[in-house]
Amino acid sequence: MRSPFKKFLASGNVFIWGCAAGVSVSLLMVFGLLLLIIINGLGYFWTSDIVELTLKDKQRVMGQLAGREVIPRSVTPERPDGKGRLRVKIGNRDLYGLDFKWVNDDQIVSQTYPTDVVLLERREWGNMYARIQAVYKGETLQAEGNEGGWIALAPLIGATNALHQQITRIENIEIGAINADIEGARLKIRAFEMGASPDTRERGRIDNLKAQVAAAESRYQAKTIELETLRAQFDEYSVLMVDANGREKQIPVGQIIRALRPNEMGLLHKSWTYLSNVWSVLSTEPREANTEGGIFPAIFGTVLMVIIMSLAVVPFGVLAALYLREYAKQGAMVRLVRIAVNNLAGVPSIVFGVFGLGFFIYAIGGTLDQLFFPERLPTPTFGTGGILWASLTLALLTVPVVIVATEEGLAAVPREFREGSLALGATKLETMLKVVIPCALPGILTGLILAMARAAGEVAPLMLTGVVKLAPSLPVDSSWPFFHFDRKFMHLGFHIYDVGFQSPNVEAAKPMVYITTLILITVVVLLNFTAIILRNHLRKKYAGAVL
Amino acid sequence: MHLSPPLTQQPSPSQTLNPQRLNVQDGHPQLPDNDSNTQAVKITLNQVDFYYGDRQALFKINIDIIKNQVTSFIGPSGCGKSTLLRCLNRLNDLIEGARVEGTMLLDGVDINGPDVDITDLRTRVGMVFQKSNPFPKSIYENVAYGPRLHGIRNRGQLDQIVEEGIKGAGLWDEVKDRLQASALGLSGGQQQRLCIARSLAVKPDVLLMDEPCSALDPVATAKIEELLFSLKQDLTVVIVTHNMQQAARVSDWTAFMYLGELVELGLTKQLFTTPSKKQTEDYITGRFG
Repeated sequence: MRSPFKKFLASGNVFIWGCAAGVSVSLLMVFGLLLLIIINGLGYFWTSDIVELTLKDKQRVMGQLAGREVIPRSVTPERPDGKGRLRVKIGNRDLYGLDFKWVNDDQIVSQTYPTDVVLLERREWGNMYARIQAVYKGETLQAEGNEGGWIALAPLIGATNALHQQITRIENIEIGAINADIEGARLKIRAFEMGASPDTRERGRIDNLKAQVAAAESRYQAKTIELETLRAQFDEYSVLMVDANGREKQIPVGQIIRALRPNEMGLLHKSWTYLSNVWSVLSTEPREANTEGGIFPAIFGTVLMVIIMSLAVVPFGVLAALYLREYAKQGAMVRLVRIAVNNLAGVPSIVFGVFGLGFFIYAIGGTLDQLFFPERLPTPTFGTGGILWASLTLALLTVPVVIVATEEGLAAVPREFREGSLALGATKLETMLKVVIPCALPGILTGLILAMARAAGEVAPLMLTGVVKLAPSLPVDSSWPFFHFDRKFMHLGFHIYDVGFQSPNVEAAKPMVYITTLILITVVVLLNFTAIILRNHLRKKYAGAVL
Repeated sequence: MHLSPPLTQQPSPSQTLNPQRLNVQDGHPQLPDNDSNTQAVKITLNQVDFYYGDRQALFKINIDIIKNQVTSFIGPSGCGKSTLLRCLNRLNDLIEGARVEGTMLLDGVDINGPDVDITDLRTRVGMVFQKSNPFPKSIYENVAYGPRLHGIRNRGQLDQIVEEGIKGAGLWDEVKDRLQASALGLSGGQQQRLCIARSLAVKPDVLLMDEPCSALDPVATAKIEELLFSLKQDLTVVIVTHNMQQAARVSDWTAFMYLGELVELGLTKQLFTTPSKKQTEDYITGRFG
């Protein structure tokens, strides 16, 4: 007769509890992390009220509450427990130098929410929290006082925002096109000059090209003048702001993106502002060393990189797996290769980065430059980091995952299918293409899903192969040949690192880190979801065939 | 009456039709269902040995398989009957280390010969497997698979071949309205008949069936057995079965195999009533196996 305790152990209940506990802990950690990111990320878009604090020393502090904590004992050991302090986002970086300020609870005399305080979102120097004193056109007074100024300001901001768009368009698209023309002509001239001594016909062409350059340069001059007039209009109006303690600051209206009075905004207005904040982060380019503005280029770069990586890794991995599983003679050699492939998945990603730099960029890219773009040297074209090389490096990094998953998919195709096909007089290749690979597709897609999830989150290899803090233009745009895979790009993962840890103003950038993390996770989930839907569709199609 | 006396030490010297062997009828000159003209030999095996690596699975098999008749192989599991069947369309080539010795003639040509195109051979010798294995495609595509492989692209021609194939397998009335539906939605028996249709679509001379009914219920089994009678008008059928009643019902000739050797071959009626070997008698009366 077994003792009750032994019986209890043998029943396996302890084991089940252990498993359940393991799963619960994992889930808790995952959901806890997600919750932290979501709360901190989504909170950023909310325009909270502006508080005005009056302190014991008659000083006033104005800004948005950003947090509250119990003062650590180490700071003031004589204080009893429970004393707190507020963290206030005071903005006005051009006046104070810092965005945040700690205010101890016991210094606060009164706390009010004045309705006339204005929040100015600016192109530079971050937010401003102040009251409007007056609006000027050049030197002449246009409107005075808080109310009058507020009413006068609104249409001016709309006008300057339109102007700003126009200026950006001229700078980026029109002048960009002119620059591309000039650069193209210059490279052609260079190519002619690099050849043997030019004959008359070629000299004629060079002169022709030089004339083109001259024409483009005069167009450029015209655009510059146009830009100057626009910029003058841009800075025509200015607004005089006064902070909580009476310090004045004159700000050109062109610097202002948006003016809000959060304390008098209703819930509906705030919700609308919330949505427009979300949209502007998703759709605009970053400002202020990436700590403000949007992250559209980073989203675009991440998605494009993952897509190029997928296009490279799937054929490569599937072919390798097909050979290993179907054609190679199973033996010690194949086992060795398989072990090597699996170990490749464990190589630190930075090593892949170094390899990508050495092999893709210096060896292949350098050779391409010498063969096809000699006129551009010493400026490298493909011989420097770019989205293509970064994607290929990641493809190399993730190819073991695809190989392993594809091999499993192939192994799961029932032998009966192969024999059925062969017995009908199909060759091995026909059997592969028509029966085996279609049935293994869900497995292949599983591999792709894992590869994408891994690739989208990798940062270290990208830092060596083409990611940058701020890319001047996207890898896909309207200028021929539309896809510029030699260009450097921005990436959400690198953005997190850059904004969170390389920024001069880490505290102000913190919300941006959470948002970028949230969006990176969303992008990965969406990409995976697409692949999963595709896989489930295929599974249904081949239902009963595999798994 | 032994077509090819089992375990005799005298392989036929002739590589082609061997009329003498056919005439060894032991006072049973009459072939079943058959008056005179179609007693041609379709397949001849001479001293065939088969090895999986070091393990020998077939020992000195001598047998003639008659054209347009059903020949069934019975015997306990592991006796080599499936192996023998899979030698006939060289499906055993897929197995690493598999090796065959002796001669196997199909219409007088050695199927293991160097200039035999294996895909041609498999087109001529179709096969239906124990586990029905329709491809995860539509019913139509399953049957069209073979013809497409052989380069038939014309839609009308394909439609015709598919219809003939499915009709030949007696499945037409059941599936004619849902040819584009997935083949995996069919019942087990229908799937197996679809596999037969798929084989028929490439117009084989010989149809090998490896325990085609072992996973089917009696009704589905009966349908397939019925089908065999019509199939042998155009085809030579070789069927492996565990079910002795089935062998007795469907086949003209029955071969009993044991431990890799062909013990006895005879007209079905005879083999089941008056077997000449003790082992055969023990097996069919259920004393072992």
